[in-house]
Amino acid sequence: MEVKLTIKRVPTVLSNYQEEGGGAGCGRNCLGDCCLPASKLPLYAFKASNQNKFAQEDGLPTDFFLNSLLLGQWEDRMAQGLFRYDVTACETKVIPGELGFVAQLNEGRHLKKRPTEFRVDRVLQPFHSAKFNFTKVGQEEVLFRFENGGGDSSYFLANVPNTESSHPPSVVAINVSPIEYGHVLLIPRVLDRLPQRIDPESFLLALHMAAEAASPYFRLGYNSLGAFATINHLHFQAYYLSVPFPVEKAPTKKIPLAKCELKSGVKVSKLMNFPVRGLVFERGNTLKDLGDVVTNACIWLQDNNVPFNVLISDSGQKIFIFPQCYAEKQALGEVSQDLLDTQVNPAVWEISGHIVLKRRADFEEASEASAWRLLAEVSLSEERFEEVKACIFQGTGLTESDEEDETNEESPYASSSSAPVASSHIPEGCLVLQ
Amino acid sequence: MESSGGAPPAEERRLLAASLTARYSDWVLEELDELPGSFLLTDPAMSGHPIVYASRGLASLTGYRPRDVLGRNARLFQGAATDRAAVAGVRDAVRCQRAHQVAILNYRRDGAPHWVLLHVAPVFHAHDGRVLHFLAVQVPIAAAPRRRAAPCRRPPVFAACREEARVEEELPCASHAGEAFVDIDKRGLEAGEPRVASGCDKEKALSTANSIFSALNRYSKLTGLVVCGKRCDSAGIPALSSSLNLSLGRIKQSFVLTDRHLPDMPVVYASDAFLSLTGYSREEILGCNCRFLNGPGTSLEVLEEINRNICCEQACTVHLLNYRKDGLAFPDLLHVSPIRNASGKVAFHVWVHLDESIKHDFNGLSPEVWQLGAVGAVRVAVRSLSASGSLLRPSQ
Repeated sequence: MEVKLTIKRVPTVLSNYQEEGGGAGCGRNCLGDCCLPASKLPLYAFKASNQNKFAQEDGLPTDFFLNSLLLGQWEDRMAQGLFRYDVTACETKVIPGELGFVAQLNEGRHLKKRPTEFRVDRVLQPFHSAKFNFTKVGQEEVLFRFENGGGDSSYFLANVPNTESSHPPSVVAINVSPIEYGHVLLIPRVLDRLPQRIDPESFLLALHMAAEAASPYFRLGYNSLGAFATINHLHFQAYYLSVPFPVEKAPTKKIPLAKCELKSGVKVSKLMNFPVRGLVFERGNTLKDLGDVVTNACIWLQDNNVPFNVLISDSGQKIFIFPQCYAEKQALGEVSQDLLDTQVNPAVWEISGHIVLKRRADFEEASEASAWRLLAEVSLSEERFEEVKACIFQGTGLTESDEEDETNEESPYASSSSAPVASSHIPEGCLVLQ
Repeated sequence: MESSGGAPPAEERRLLAASLTARYSDWVLEELDELPGSFLLTDPAMSGHPIVYASRGLASLTGYRPRDVLGRNARLFQGAATDRAAVAGVRDAVRCQRAHQVAILNYRRDGAPHWVLLHVAPVFHAHDGRVLHFLAVQVPIAAAPRRRAAPCRRPPVFAACREEARVEEELPCASHAGEAFVDIDKRGLEAGEPRVASGCDKEKALSTANSIFSALNRYSKLTGLVVCGKRCDSAGIPALSSSLNLSLGRIKQSFVLTDRHLPDMPVVYASDAFLSLTGYSREEILGCNCRFLNGPGTSLEVLEEINRNICCEQACTVHLLNYRKDGLAFPDLLHVSPIRNASGKVAFHVWVHLDESIKHDFNGLSPEVWQLGAVGAVRVAVRSLSASGSLLRPSQ
């Protein structure tokens, strides 16, 4: 007899339209077929090739996408009062320790726990129009469309009718419950009503967004169903945090691949000395090469019902995959009550080391040890992880070679081998020392 | 990046020289050449934190001629037996941008180890708090065993440690200067007993450092810079951390930051674009209240509206008439907003100005959104500032 697993938790509200009656149909200027094609949105069309990352002569300034467009529009929505709270009024600190977990206190309003809208034991579930999805979001929550311009330079148009486009519109919307300043949602092909599952084209869109932002402090993340995705409508999240994530500082150990697979140029490593086990994918001859390898791995996980989270960091050059099992443990009653009481749902940001706490006592007492303890519950066991890793390799056609492992003990921040991003155009704020 | 040996190529030498002559007049090199003692100037803004100047006295102490060390990182003086803790102390001082003295084992060019008192100090731009260079003075410590010297009192002229970071150090790809003087280069001989610097050695180091500052100041006035050994207060206001200045410096819009917690809510930061817009120099306005922009045509009601919003910690956008230094009025689209730091409390107010009489191209964005981009960028920069004004640190 199949037991359907669900858990009760306080739902994260991503849109002001999420908790309404949910009735569609309109006059509300939403993102559905009723309104979107008939309206206009700003459009940011990114360059098709990523070869020349630096100053485009006649093109947009390199910090335009992140600083002017995204942050400017976000601040505009703040001024309009669209967010549920001012995230900059939430106290934040870096927890002393090796890894430097970032803790934030957001006491918020006391919300009732409800059963999640869908079962947590299936990673792939069909899209349900009746449930909340992003076509129901009002256009005021949308900042701009984000699509491939097909050319050598990126360009921006303030007001484009949505009917005139060679691509189905993909949009960037605000997250009305932001974790940090600039927290947005990337919704690929919103009208196609895709369920929360990774596909190559959508993942590549997310990589392009990371590349356009061109800042190591602007990351994108993905949560599968069963790994604390809130809504079963394909979306990525992104925000700006001007300190390194703990996971970005953790050492990695390269997994040598058989020579014939190296033509994509992708390097795969295992994350070391971190509470959640994960795989790290880097380099790649092109963004697409990297994206395709990662997408294949995710597709294997989805098809085999392993919940997982993905972090896109370092301007799209470094991608982490974390298979996890917390929700299932929670549903089976295997998680200790004190961890449950913190109400932390370990999705991609928490796993990466950015943890929002709802009780002041938890915030004051937050320590690297307590963060580690929580995240360790999320991780697959070593045995299970190795199994999954082997299956991923098999399923994606990668072969681990027999060569001696090269251990790369350095933290990624110490290595100087990444692409030479010119410091002069990085638009981020104050940075922090290790 | 270190050159393999011999003088760096011509282009590199030009860049290294420019590090000094861009900030000070050309005569500064001659003046520095007149000073006795063995010392270096390094530029933390250049890749690898290279030595940009080395004194004539370097050769007699270390066996290196200036051209042997230009362009290289100062770690070249260290060797196998150099105490790592001492090196870490220097590195930490460089990162925290404070002065530091330590007795350390260095190696001459021929590989012979010798003890020196190393005195490292930042050279700050007097007004915006940027670190322009580091100076490093080496004073030889004599061999004779002596009583334990009195604990070194940090010379009062140098500021206490502030936990600021250089922006460039954080880029994952940059092999930059956080590792300023560090790195053990395997070179042979063992050290003898650790040595202790005498009071006389310390005074000598200090006096050399002061002479360097005097020389830099004498010649910096010619190009409009003023430098000093501590982060200077302009008109009595505490200077912003240099890293905050660095990130704010990247924001292209015309804006100032004011601090409501200080008397008369003075300007604590002004962007270059603001200075161009209004015609004032930074020195003239830091520490002053924004009312210097107002004039006879400025609406009092609008000013009152701004004040009301400031008091309730709310943002507002207004149109008003403001005045440049030369008396010319301009229609100003002004957005004022409270900015919070990591503690969640309001630390500053940002005032973003836009001259509405000029046609601007914002690449398709509306002027309002363009302005708000500045506000967002300021928020992000200030958010990583803790309540004490220092940056959030990931460890310790």
